[in-house]
Amino acid sequence: MTDFTPNEMMTIAAARALSNDDVCFVGIGAPSAACNVARLTHAPDITLIYESGTVGTKPDVLPLSIGDGELCDTALFTVSVPEMFRYWLQGGRITTGFLGGAQIDKFANLNTTVVGPYDHPKVRLPGGGGAPEIASNCGRIFITMALTKRGFVEKLPFITSMGHGEGGNHRERLGLTTRGPTRVITDLCILEPDPETKELTVVSIHPGVGRDRIIENCGWPIKFADAVIETPAPTETELAVLRDINTRTKKAHEGTGKEAA
Amino acid sequence: MARILPLAEAVAENVRDGDTVAMEGFTHLIPYAAGHEVIRQGRKDLFLIRMTPDILYDQLIGVGAARGMKFSWGGNPGVGSLHRFRDAVENQWPRPLDIEEHSHAAMANAYEAGAANLPFAMLRGYIGADLPKVNPNIRSVTCPFTGEVLAAVPAIRPDVTIIHAQRADRQGNVLIEGIVGVQKEAVLAARRSIVTVEEIVDELSPPSPNSVLLPGWAVTAVVHVPGGAFPSYAHGYYPRNNAFYIRWDEIARDREAFTAWIKENVLDARPEDFARHAAKKSPKAA
Repeated sequence: MTDFTPNEMMTIAAARALSNDDVCFVGIGAPSAACNVARLTHAPDITLIYESGTVGTKPDVLPLSIGDGELCDTALFTVSVPEMFRYWLQGGRITTGFLGGAQIDKFANLNTTVVGPYDHPKVRLPGGGGAPEIASNCGRIFITMALTKRGFVEKLPFITSMGHGEGGNHRERLGLTTRGPTRVITDLCILEPDPETKELTVVSIHPGVGRDRIIENCGWPIKFADAVIETPAPTETELAVLRDINTRTKKAHEGTGKEAA
Repeated sequence: MARILPLAEAVAENVRDGDTVAMEGFTHLIPYAAGHEVIRQGRKDLFLIRMTPDILYDQLIGVGAARGMKFSWGGNPGVGSLHRFRDAVENQWPRPLDIEEHSHAAMANAYEAGAANLPFAMLRGYIGADLPKVNPNIRSVTCPFTGEVLAAVPAIRPDVTIIHAQRADRQGNVLIEGIVGVQKEAVLAARRSIVTVEEIVDELSPPSPNSVLLPGWAVTAVVHVPGGAFPSYAHGYYPRNNAFYIRWDEIARDREAFTAWIKENVLDARPEDFARHAAKKSPKAA
């Protein structure tokens, strides 16, 4: 077996969740890497959409921001931001939203707003951006973030984007017809909501990872599904594609930045 | 009809203390040169509006020019925190900052409502989210036809909107290309507007009959500032300087380093200094 890092396993496992038929609203960072690895491996015809308005984009290097020129240069077309959010997202044209987050709870609600009280935050995070409406308007949501005690918490200080709320049929009760988070891909394992309670449950464990490590890194008493499988290790092709795009990206973003404005 | 003015004059005439100011550009075409002129002229008590307050608003907040900010995502894209913004919210330095926080969808709809001369925008938004609990400007409206309850936010109507664009002609007609963001809506929603451009040309020659244009009669002032979007970018002219965005993290982390950077690169600098970032010179250049 080829050596790989937990982070590489996470990105590749996330990429595998996507298919050629997906029209995917892509969050920046880990989701963007996963979506482009999918496009460069098993899903060449996937439609990637970034909230800056770029539709059907095929970046050669991963963007640092949600609106790098690379996204527009390689897009089928580019629309205004109001059109993006009104016609394409709210209009129900997006099958899959791919999000990251600072914190997540057991019902896959996300916090990217504050740690501590909103009016006197201990840490002020960037905020929701497109996420609140991506979470409610896409057909389904994938989330990817590393499994850590700081990130996977029993109770969120702030719900920026709703996942399954209080669990059970909470989404339905609020009138939502979309499925919400259906999979959370971490660097140690893959979680999916229990069909009834909607509590995130481990369904697949990455190669070489023990259950105790997953338990230690989660902020709530994490549950395992009855049948837990082992995530297939990354293939040579998957690893090569991921490492290539990361190398190209690093090179493209390098520079001293000393040229002041 | 738009007047073609030097930057100092355009800012002096159109940006006043206490104004509600929108500087837009969704990662692309961010009006850095104009923002720096606002800092140089010592404008204060501004209420800033911007979907993605990035480095430019970190600078305006850090020098204490802002009393408040309406926004939907306040970070350094792909890098991390805006340290001056965080210092203002977490420690009230250099002064307290009132924040009115929305989602992107709400902000985009609110600009569109402003451009359409409507009092509010509605959207299917904020469902199950906590922002409505902390922002009294997120309310709801019931559809008179179906009974569906939708989110409602006030229209954005800035005193002045400032944007950067690729080109204008001598009548002040402006062409915007690439990631066009909410710039058109932000200008049409505002009482006054300043557009800085890479080039002023004799013939605008829009590449398509459906190109994004702002006619000179809908713009207050047009200013020729080549390189004026650096370290963001101008599609067709120069790329985003991602390395500078990464380096900003260390500059802004420290109050003294930030203040020294502002003195050297803003207070003691001139709009013409941005020209060195405008790599490409088009044959159509003025």
